[in-house]
Amino acid sequence: MADVVVGQASVTRSAGVRKRSSLRNAVKHKSTVAFLMTLPLIVLIAVLVLYPALYSLHLATLSKSMTKFVGLGNFQFLFKRETFWLVVEQSCIFAITAVVFKALIGFIVAHFVHNIPAKGQRKWRGMLLVPWVIPPAMSTLAWLWLFDPSYSAFNYTLSFFGIGPIPWTGDAAWARFSVILVNIWIGAPFFMIMYLAALKSVPDQLYEAASIDGANWWQRIWYVTLPMMRNIIAITALFSLIVTFANFDIVRILTAGGPLDQTHIFATWAFKVGIEGSDIPLGASVSLFMFPILAVAAIFILRDINKRGNEA
Amino acid sequence: MSRKRLTRRQFVAATAMSSAALITAPYVRGAYAAGKLSIGFWDHWVPGANKASTELVNEWAAKEKVEVSIDYITSQGNKNLVTIAAEAQAKSGHDILAMPTWWPHANAEYLEPVNDIMDAIVKENGAVNDTVKYLGQANGKWLGVPACIGSQIKGPCSRIDLMKKFANIDVQAMYPAGSPPKADNWTLDTFLKAAEACHKGGSPFGIGLGMTSDSVDSAGAFFSAFGADLVNAKGEVTVKTDNVRQALEFYKKLIPLLPPDVGAWDDASNNKWLVSGKGAMIMNPPSAWAVAKRDAPQVAEQCWTHGFPAGPKGRFAPYLPYFWATWNFSKNKEAAKSLLVHLSKPSSIEKLVVASGGYDLPAFEKLTTLKVWAEEGPPKGTLFSYPNPYNHQKLSIAASPAPPKIAQQIYAQGTLTKMALKYAQGEKMEDVLAWAEGECEGFMRS
Repeated sequence: MADVVVGQASVTRSAGVRKRSSLRNAVKHKSTVAFLMTLPLIVLIAVLVLYPALYSLHLATLSKSMTKFVGLGNFQFLFKRETFWLVVEQSCIFAITAVVFKALIGFIVAHFVHNIPAKGQRKWRGMLLVPWVIPPAMSTLAWLWLFDPSYSAFNYTLSFFGIGPIPWTGDAAWARFSVILVNIWIGAPFFMIMYLAALKSVPDQLYEAASIDGANWWQRIWYVTLPMMRNIIAITALFSLIVTFANFDIVRILTAGGPLDQTHIFATWAFKVGIEGSDIPLGASVSLFMFPILAVAAIFILRDINKRGNEA
Repeated sequence: MSRKRLTRRQFVAATAMSSAALITAPYVRGAYAAGKLSIGFWDHWVPGANKASTELVNEWAAKEKVEVSIDYITSQGNKNLVTIAAEAQAKSGHDILAMPTWWPHANAEYLEPVNDIMDAIVKENGAVNDTVKYLGQANGKWLGVPACIGSQIKGPCSRIDLMKKFANIDVQAMYPAGSPPKADNWTLDTFLKAAEACHKGGSPFGIGLGMTSDSVDSAGAFFSAFGADLVNAKGEVTVKTDNVRQALEFYKKLIPLLPPDVGAWDDASNNKWLVSGKGAMIMNPPSAWAVAKRDAPQVAEQCWTHGFPAGPKGRFAPYLPYFWATWNFSKNKEAAKSLLVHLSKPSSIEKLVVASGGYDLPAFEKLTTLKVWAEEGPPKGTLFSYPNPYNHQKLSIAASPAPPKIAQQIYAQGTLTKMALKYAQGEKMEDVLAWAEGECEGFMRS
């Protein structure tokens, strides 16, 4: 009898174990399938992102002739160069100013578009996205013609009002203004569309409750809209900061870093030093310098988002 | 099931007979018996010029039974430089690749020496100038064959009418077509006076001060005219010299006489300046004149390409040679060298120069008086002086005579034009020199 009881218990236990292990297998199977499905992307990222990143790290540790290992020697060399610090300063001015204005313009325009009746909204959304959709190299060429040193269409128009000619790309301050302006023109629609999506997801009841409490327009923005959009604002700003820091085409086409290196940013100077100057290790070091700056920004912004997520 | 065994004696006899048959059999060549060859030529901006190089290559390929493929690589956006860098990194690429100015030296350790063919080419075509030797040779080793495609002199291209009207200078009389120049008075002082007169007349000279090649090349020739070298041939920094100070003083006088935006000019700006009819002179190969011939014929027929003004240390003209180089990892070096010899034949060079409308310049002294330069027009003879037929001026490149790997940095960073701009914009002379000295010291890293 005891044998039978023991036998039944062992049957029950083994059924349970089988059930658990099949479940585990299923989970395992699911993750295997998921892994296999993402494998092409993983391979693509490994080949096109990870390998070049590691290779540029390797290049940055070589001498100019690429024959010997110099460790952090290239970075030490850069820290002593006046032009390098000029590039760091300009990259920060370029990226931060452009992102702030893109966010501001995107926020304002998103509100305007949000308030347009649904029927005509799609048309406006499409038109406002045009600068973001055109390949930047092409649209920047059009801007180059508008800013052309000798035949600027802007200057031609301004001359009718007795203004100018303005050295759009010939003077350091104007050249910085020009490259930032074009970056804002191209990037603001991305902010607009992200903010518009965020605005549409804010429940109307919150605005109604705020109105009942006597909140004015500014208070509704400050106490309802902005807190509800905080995460999307932070993520959009981070994403744009990364892309703007790494920008190449706008500066390269519009000013090529001039005049007197006053508009060079990391990517354009890396190209100048690495490709045009045949100093690939130094060029790699310049481009890698963006990484710690962006990593610090990413850590702070993502930590903030995470904290708010946990509070919620 | 009996099996016939091969004796040792039979085996030796059979092997000997087969070997003898193979050796004595007639050599039958297949369609592409000599293998494959890939070529990366510079993509010429002159319509139809690429066709001439294709024809020459095909003509050689048919004779030599080589399968060829040609890529025409543009220099727009520096695509050719990116290609050179990528192939050097990958240790794989074209068997022959066109490399401008500094790039043979920058890749010297990866290039196949071509001394064996250069000796014969020089013997047939004449000697090459010092700039070609400076850029094409490292420790007595030729790094590539001087290519005529893309090689150019960026001398003055003046408006005959405007120079007469405002500066009272007859450029055609100074550089007559068909006879030696009479340009003893064509000095930097005369040049400055002419620049001032044309500026007053509303047609300023268009000389860029940006960081692209046209601006840097002009600055290089002016600095050389004063003997102003930032780094000497031994690699010593020589920025703080009277020669450099004189060159900067010259630029300080010149810059107010140029259009106000020259600091932002690129290689297209000076062309546009001439073609628009606004300017009395630019420093350029005949590409601007060729565009004017198409778009503004009334401007083109007033253009005359001539020599540089002389300074205290001589008359220098900016010269930018291209080279055809072969990687030492190329799979068909022998075929590559054979093609390079074919492309360097006088008849091949003449065909290429004619196809480019006289733009391309051979590096060899016996080939600077081809008919095409005397006949091109309008006006007829406008390009006669372009190839420097009487060795009237020394062909040089900006930042020389510094060791090429240092000079390349000075050139790429536009150090000369930056110095000129900084000083003209009000920075103190000693501050500008100290800045340039710091830059040059940074370029010394190896």
